[in-house]
Amino acid sequence: MSNMVNLTINGIAVSVEEGKTILEAAEKLHIKIPTLCYHKDLCVAGNCRVCVVEQVGNNKLVASCAMPVSEGMEINTNTLKVRNCRKHIIELLLTEHNEECTKCYRNGHCELQELSAEYQITNQDFIDLVPDKNYTVDRISPAIEKDDSKCIRCQRCVRTCAEIQSVGAIAVAHKGSEMKISTVFDRALDEVVCTNCGQCIVHCPTGALTEKSYVEKVWDAIADPETHVVVQTAPAVRIGLGEELGFEPGTRVTGKMVSALRRLGFDSVLDTDFTADLTIMEEGTELLTRLKRALVEDDPDVALPMATSCSPGWVKYIEHKYPEYLPNLSTCKSPQQMFGALAKTYYAKNVKVDPQNIVSVSIMPCTAKKYEANRPEMKDSGYKDVDFVLTTRELAVMIRQAGIEFEKLNDESFDSIMGTGSGAAVIFGATGGVMEAALRTAYEIVTGREVPFDNLEILPVRGLEGVKEASIKIEGTVDDWKFLEGVELKCAITNGLENAHQLMNNIKNGESFYHFIEIMACPGGCLGGGGQPYPVDDEVRMKRMQAIYNEDSDLPIRKSHENPEIVQIYKEFLEEPLSHKSHKLLHTTYVKREQY
Amino acid sequence: MTTTKKQLHRIDLIFKNEQDCKEILRNALARSNQEVINEMVNSGLKGRGGAGFPTGLKWKLTAEQKVDEKFVICNADEGEPGTFKDREILTRVPHKVLSGMAVCAKIIGARKGYIYLRGEYKFLVPNLKKELRRFHDILDELGLDFRVEIFMGSGAYICGEESALFESMEGKRGEPRNKPPFPTEIGYMDKPTVINNVETLAHSYTILKYGAKKFRELGVKDSRGSKVFSVSGDTPIPGIYELELGMSVQDFVDDFGDGDTKAVQVGGASGFLVPRKRFGKTSIGYQGKLTGISLPTGGSMMIFNSSRSMYNVLNNYLDFFEEESCGQCTPCRVGCQQLLKGIKAVKRGEKPASYLDQLLKLTDTMKLTAKCGLGQSVANSFSSIVENFREEMIY
Repeated sequence: MSNMVNLTINGIAVSVEEGKTILEAAEKLHIKIPTLCYHKDLCVAGNCRVCVVEQVGNNKLVASCAMPVSEGMEINTNTLKVRNCRKHIIELLLTEHNEECTKCYRNGHCELQELSAEYQITNQDFIDLVPDKNYTVDRISPAIEKDDSKCIRCQRCVRTCAEIQSVGAIAVAHKGSEMKISTVFDRALDEVVCTNCGQCIVHCPTGALTEKSYVEKVWDAIADPETHVVVQTAPAVRIGLGEELGFEPGTRVTGKMVSALRRLGFDSVLDTDFTADLTIMEEGTELLTRLKRALVEDDPDVALPMATSCSPGWVKYIEHKYPEYLPNLSTCKSPQQMFGALAKTYYAKNVKVDPQNIVSVSIMPCTAKKYEANRPEMKDSGYKDVDFVLTTRELAVMIRQAGIEFEKLNDESFDSIMGTGSGAAVIFGATGGVMEAALRTAYEIVTGREVPFDNLEILPVRGLEGVKEASIKIEGTVDDWKFLEGVELKCAITNGLENAHQLMNNIKNGESFYHFIEIMACPGGCLGGGGQPYPVDDEVRMKRMQAIYNEDSDLPIRKSHENPEIVQIYKEFLEEPLSHKSHKLLHTTYVKREQY
Repeated sequence: MTTTKKQLHRIDLIFKNEQDCKEILRNALARSNQEVINEMVNSGLKGRGGAGFPTGLKWKLTAEQKVDEKFVICNADEGEPGTFKDREILTRVPHKVLSGMAVCAKIIGARKGYIYLRGEYKFLVPNLKKELRRFHDILDELGLDFRVEIFMGSGAYICGEESALFESMEGKRGEPRNKPPFPTEIGYMDKPTVINNVETLAHSYTILKYGAKKFRELGVKDSRGSKVFSVSGDTPIPGIYELELGMSVQDFVDDFGDGDTKAVQVGGASGFLVPRKRFGKTSIGYQGKLTGISLPTGGSMMIFNSSRSMYNVLNNYLDFFEEESCGQCTPCRVGCQQLLKGIKAVKRGEKPASYLDQLLKLTDTMKLTAKCGLGQSVANSFSSIVENFREEMIY
């Protein structure tokens, strides 16, 4: 047990562990100290100075986020001195800030705006610095927009990009009044190492970093009588949307979401879970084929471990940072892109609509999916496979605009075809989910038996830990897979690109060997994606994760290969996993990119 | 016009050309660590970079850390406008600085030292390197496992702030860290580090040679010893002078002024302006109270006569800080811009004179809330100039 430190805050005694900060001690007393640069996910910066408090005996104020507690400390969080200083600091930030709040994307969701309202900053006495700033806005990327005029230089994005993601696409440049958050040589985000993961957006307190919005384009498509608009919804959206619309984090709103999408006017409301199941079929078979080539045919060219390719942030990361490992990446497209390719082929044929008139929209917990949909190779259907990608947050915007009282909606079910998903598909939304889903299917293909875990729950692959490892010994194989008898299948799962970086280095240095690795770019997997509601921290992520697993266990079908629509599509259209047609529509190639 | 000047006592310790470095070192290294620390503590030497932290205590705190790797760093990033004494010390008596570093290294248990040299002082490098070779030979002879390297700064003012200096040395952006932890615990490479100003280290040589008692004889209570001053501005005798601490600004002006001195800026751009009416009441030192307030300084004394516009002086300082603030914390980054734009707006009549009062309140916030010592002091010149020369700001 660590040492406890006694102090008082506003005269109230509190005892906290040594090493905790004043801010954490105050939290324990339910005393709120305002913060801007502080974020639970990140290291302490102490640069905005909004959280300053008075320490008796110290002639300066101290930043409560950075100051560790000490025995006998007396802190006051709400003195005249503190209030005056805090107000000054908020006012100073506002003078550098483009205050056109009503025209801001984050209007109503901005921490600076909230704070300014809290402190009733009603008049601006200081000089507006914005006119002399030459602020620039970067709208080039199909995924992320960066508006320097909204930036408060808290560096949350910089710390996110470096610490959580190990990418370093954005950093601090220049000093003094010129200081800004920039990229290498001040290039557009689209022209640097940025993976479009959107974690910077989720961690940005203001409207400086936002997703590129396609809401208006989707409204246009819905309004166009000539078009047939199909929408797919990713697994993590159903456990995130409610949160954005006022429910507690971790509320499952699948049925209401379907109902809302129908009311918005989409012609067909379908499920990315369907193609998540399809991914398992294709990727599982790909893994088994690679294992066969390695173990039976002794093929030296087979690349192991095979890495998942569902997360477009991770895909772009490996293209930049570990291009020598591109052959290890599964050739499977992500479920979103599989869906897109099938929407304008299989689905079009089935519902007898000219694919030219189909507009394919996807709702994703992700901003990298916006980039992915715009990759030049993503048009195997003969058209742009996915036309528009909206984040969970953008869908909430549409629902509010349409005047839908979301909480009053009844539950409805997805349309068919391509509207059925298994529990294995839902868990794609959590880190470890693809692995678990793949094992549920692959193990059964190889042995004819279910995975040897209670209720199909492969617990070692679940949770928020940085790198999780699991191994399954394959025994009692069926005839076709005898070569795998006795093989111990080694797997690793990681979430967040910093962890991916560690894992890849271990693999590169030969310290670890795996057959199969699952990598998700965002902390917690898609449930913590860059398109999900803010604010977020581990507590929120855990709630969302629990919701995902509850969704899985409540579904009648838990394994991808038992999804009847999957059986149907192979029978009617694709023939078998890795068939010629699968290769054309469901698999892709990758590009080597620059390191910076 | 002839005036009979009262001259301040010139001290000749720092620049005295002494070639007994090896002997001094041998004696110092032979003494116990505790003995040397006591000597340093008793001398009353305080950091000559301007902040005035007791040097002996700094060495003691670092020595107490039970960590294998520690560092000694000589802060030679002399960037404060109006300060040029460290350049001279490193040119004329580098062996004294190095000796101070070596004794410190032995006491705290460091094997590696660095001189963080201001980017603009690149021309000192060849001579310093030569000196380093000679010095390393002496250390070998004396059997002390210690090596000093030169690390070049790149011209950012903020890197003179010790924790920003560490960041810079570690290859990162030069931005001050949160304190605590202090460098004595977590410094360069997160190891306990003694970081001293060039002059402080040179003084430690004097103390080791002549003893704490002799050093204490100079100066006044709380401000012991001598100090090297960089005298510039409206003076017939600009230059570098070693003087006793505790002198009044009046005595200083009587000695160095041109007979028409209106104000003295003590401590550079981040220091305080002393107007004529306060010359007699202000002394130079560290917090020790003499007849009035006492101002610490890194040694910069800028003298202004009545031909100078204090508006221009302040404008110049603020221009400097608006650019040289590292930009990370709000009060310093935005505060400096507001002060600069603010005095311009008042001068142009775009803001009423009363706006100066609002800016003075802002300087309180900057002093109270900025992240580092620099940020806390950038507003000093503003408040002391505006309070004393308000009419010059307006008309």
